Amino acid sequence: MSVATSPAALTQTRQGRGAPGSRAAGPSIWMAGPALLLFGVFAVVPLLGVVVLSFMSWDGLGAPVWAGAENWGRTLTDPVTQNAMRLTVVLSVASWLFQAPVSLLLGVFMAGRQRYRAVLSVLYFLPLLFSAAAVAIAYRALLDPNFGLGTALGVSWLSQDWIGDPDLALWVVLFVVSWSFVPFHSLLYQGGVRQIPKSMYEAALLDGAGRAQQFFHITLPQLKYTIVTSSTLMIVGSLTYFDLIFVLTGGGPGNATRILPLDMYLTGFRSYDMGKASVIAVVLVAVGLAVSIGLNRFSGANKMDSQMEGV
Amino acid sequence: MSARTSRTTPNVLGGLAGWVWLAIIIVPIYYILVTSLRPQADYYSENPLSLPTNPTLDAYGQVLANDFLRYFGNSVVVTLVSVLVILAVSLMASYVVVRSRRRSTARLFQVFLLGIAIPIQATIIPVYYLIVQLGLYDTLWAIILPSIAFAIPLSVLILTNFLRDVPAELFESMRVDGAGEWRTLWSLALPLTRPAVMTVGVYNALQVWNGFLFPLVLTQSAETRVLPLSLWSFQGEFSVNVPAVLAAVVLSVLPILAAYIVGRRQLVSGLTAGFGK
Repeated sequence: MSVATSPAALTQTRQGRGAPGSRAAGPSIWMAGPALLLFGVFAVVPLLGVVVLSFMSWDGLGAPVWAGAENWGRTLTDPVTQNAMRLTVVLSVASWLFQAPVSLLLGVFMAGRQRYRAVLSVLYFLPLLFSAAAVAIAYRALLDPNFGLGTALGVSWLSQDWIGDPDLALWVVLFVVSWSFVPFHSLLYQGGVRQIPKSMYEAALLDGAGRAQQFFHITLPQLKYTIVTSSTLMIVGSLTYFDLIFVLTGGGPGNATRILPLDMYLTGFRSYDMGKASVIAVVLVAVGLAVSIGLNRFSGANKMDSQMEGV
Repeated sequence: MSARTSRTTPNVLGGLAGWVWLAIIIVPIYYILVTSLRPQADYYSENPLSLPTNPTLDAYGQVLANDFLRYFGNSVVVTLVSVLVILAVSLMASYVVVRSRRRSTARLFQVFLLGIAIPIQATIIPVYYLIVQLGLYDTLWAIILPSIAFAIPLSVLILTNFLRDVPAELFESMRVDGAGEWRTLWSLALPLTRPAVMTVGVYNALQVWNGFLFPLVLTQSAETRVLPLSLWSFQGEFSVNVPAVLAAVVLSVLPILAAYIVGRRQLVSGLTAGFGK
């Protein structure tokens, strides 16, 4: 290591930098081989495969047979799938409308340095430790109309058949989803708020800005990229909620909570119609990518640089 | 003067939201705990949120007598193998992304970045086909291999962000010393990115341990059942025995809780670093 400080090493370093393609070209790309291989075989190939399978007919056991565009027409006109699309949009929008403000508020609150807030932050994180299956099972028991929360608190309004009522089930799903994911997003906001330079608040204080003014003129604009990241994850996430809803309601009652991922699973692995299920999967991928790319375009290209501007 | 007053104004809205949310978080967790300690007979008569009058560990005994330890063992194997492989291959790939000056590696990185946007759920049908074709259906490998693949993009992203902060001079001096790429990776990159490696490890352990879709679709028998799936099947078997089902939930969360207590700082800082950047 002592060589590092010698002048010879420094010159060599500079030479190495100035000459790309020479000996300093860095490690062989083969070092990335295992990651590429695993990612390629079990993620990229399936991603392409699902497009191919959407044009094939397959019952999950035999060999897939070419079916042309037949699956597509059949799936897109299916009222069950159309309903699933509608439910997915409703759940995505509603869960964003609920989770984003709550996470933002909690994140700003958690960013404070007070000791009790640190303790609260530790507790907020707890839902992230539970598997979706565990959360769903716990809520099934907790929301039981006879032996659940309503009985415990003596509030008859809480004793409804939350999971068995088609009009309520989707809102229960929304609540349980938020219970599971708000901790993660508030953590993102907490990190974002802590990165805002203190000098900006000090300057605002000198100008006599109040708390609300500081929030709307400093905190919120400075969190722009955190908001975009968090919103992308929320919306793309709501396209993929599967395990939680699968265990909580199974897509029911009837088809009341059968959002697209459930529709895909039930079509593929319960009705053994893999072609149709693949069409639904392709729709999911397309919408997910469109949302991610759209939101990131909207947010501008180089986040880190622009975030540091004006500091 | 006015500056001072506005600084000391308490954040009422935030504070209120903070305490309300605390109640929302704690009540279900408290309910899981007290119910798991309640005798099955009392479940129907006692107030669901009261402390059990006759606390008992019977429910835990029933869960442990129902092959719980086997499912637990399966989860441990799946999680350990997956996380070790994820860390090894992702660190190698990040090293290439950061250190290589070839143009192709920039593109490599973009491929991984794109991977973050792929919803796992959407590829489950071809993954199922692939696993059946490879003869791995209903083995633990059926869970491990796809779990690794889908963890690689985010892991590479986080590790790359950290590895970029290592001064290039350190790498150069290793090279001047005559160290090969493997030695540089092992004795420079790994020690310097250890916090990030820990973060990625804890985060992925959490994901794999709690994973549900891959086990659901790619395994079938009780021999290969992992914990989240066992919770689901317990719920079917013990549907009338709610304390036992919730005891299984508590047992499934304990190892993760232990990991959280040990690696909380890393997990929290890593999550925000990975997504925040």
